[in-house]
Amino acid sequence: MTGDWMREKVLPVLTVVAAIFALWYAAAIWMNSSWTLAQAERAGKTLTFTEIVKDTMSQSRPKLPVPHQIAAEIWKSTVKMKLTSKRSLIFHGWITLRATLAGFALGTAIGILMAIAIVYSRTMELSLMPWAVISQTIPIVALAPMIVVVLPKIGIEGRLIPKAIISAYLCYFPVLVGMVKGLRAPHREQLDLMKTYNASGLQSFLKLRLPSSVPYLFTSLKIGIAAALVGAIVGELPTGAVRGLGARILIGDQFGNPMQIWAALTCAAILAGVLIMIVGLLQRITLKRMGMAE
Amino acid sequence: MQNEQGQGADCPKETVIRARDLDLVFQTNDGPVHALKDITLDIDRGDFVSFIGPSGCGKTTFLRVIAALEEPTGGEITVNDLTPDEARRLRAYGYVFQAAGLYPWRTIAGNVKLPLEIIGFTREEQEERVKKVLELVDLEGFERKYPWQLSGGMQQRASIARALAFDAEILLMDEPFGALDEIVRDHLNEQLLKLWARTNKTICFVTHSIPEAVYLSTHIVVMSPRPGRIHEVIQNPLPRERPLEIRDTPEFLEVAHRVREGLKAGHGYDG
Repeated sequence: MTGDWMREKVLPVLTVVAAIFALWYAAAIWMNSSWTLAQAERAGKTLTFTEIVKDTMSQSRPKLPVPHQIAAEIWKSTVKMKLTSKRSLIFHGWITLRATLAGFALGTAIGILMAIAIVYSRTMELSLMPWAVISQTIPIVALAPMIVVVLPKIGIEGRLIPKAIISAYLCYFPVLVGMVKGLRAPHREQLDLMKTYNASGLQSFLKLRLPSSVPYLFTSLKIGIAAALVGAIVGELPTGAVRGLGARILIGDQFGNPMQIWAALTCAAILAGVLIMIVGLLQRITLKRMGMAE
Repeated sequence: MQNEQGQGADCPKETVIRARDLDLVFQTNDGPVHALKDITLDIDRGDFVSFIGPSGCGKTTFLRVIAALEEPTGGEITVNDLTPDEARRLRAYGYVFQAAGLYPWRTIAGNVKLPLEIIGFTREEQEERVKKVLELVDLEGFERKYPWQLSGGMQQRASIARALAFDAEILLMDEPFGALDEIVRDHLNEQLLKLWARTNKTICFVTHSIPEAVYLSTHIVVMSPRPGRIHEVIQNPLPRERPLEIRDTPEFLEVAHRVREGLKAGHGYDG
């Protein structure tokens, strides 16, 4: 059993990871070596191949840091750093996570409510759906600064709410689309059955449409939580924020500190992965309790 | 049960479903489709009526009209002397669809409970009724199983239990065993007859199968297509008590032959 699991699940993943790492190291050697060679030339030295390789992996401002450098940077700015420090990635991660979760909750609520409105009202479908689609064609980077500028004018202070709104803006759409599909999943016979019981609209909704939509909802939530994280990070980029993973990326870029960019980037990726896994776990538990999965 | 030819009126009976010159025309993109034409039929309490005919003969549509799931465009129909829609609101009938249509997120007991929850029975009464109808369809012990854990035949039995749970006098069944293999179907036919004998419900049963119609019913309504109409109503002379072996008797084969001839004469085979 465990052998099969290793062969079927772990091995393919490890193979891909190994391939990516190999490519990454090769690319780092190739991209960083020009600087190594230029330095050597200026000093009038000739380097062996081993010396070049070694140098490409230990520069403080490489064009492309290698994975173990990034790992070291993350280690330094998480485990070895006090949580309250302005350079702690855990601190910045928490700032971003907070906005992500707030945006996710807001976006999910908006998505579900809009889906209900659309499924139950033809007028709503005709009037809301095109705007929902158009909303996703506007680049969020263009919209984010406006949201950040406008909100304080209407009395909303702080950075959390603007970021959460930007995050919700990205996150509601997959939830909306998934929920519309889910609420419409019951086929004609199932709806007719409710009619033969003379069920009220609310009863049909609670006992048929809502449970039918749960698998669709979770699939959407997985996309939604990733979108919410992207939204929170984007919300930190153009707004002069100094806290959050997005701010770390931006500041790293402005001060020419690639290690910091890559460390923040990696943390964001890990955070996204963990969030998706948590939603996936909730999905499995929920569907199992509903009897819809083994 | 009677029809225009006046068959089968031996004693005064209580008519449950009464249709007079019923018409139903669907407006489709390809023009109007005459689904039902001049349907006149009386179904009495306790009858087991099968509707048989090729696809497009309107047998399912007629069942849906009785259930107020379709609106006729002409003629009259009453169910318990009410309009079908009034009867539906009073939950006069239980409907069994071709697909069992159990909710995958509910256990078998939970599925049977669904109409009871909607109608608003007390919790104790729900439990009591679930127990009673699951016994009736031989599914005791499967209360806590989920539909996917049951075979197709058992699922269909659960859906019959669901239709029986709220004591509707009329049972409308739209090809309930159509998707099952013959061995399971035989078994369920036998069980359905027993159930009918025990509950004395009025059953309307749509089928494609001549042996099934002959084995089950007191009356066989032979329908023909385009437009969907009643070709003939055959009163089944077989006794109410019917072991499966009855299907090998000359009497049974004689009725089956009459149904087949009826289908042929109604141009049932050219579709």
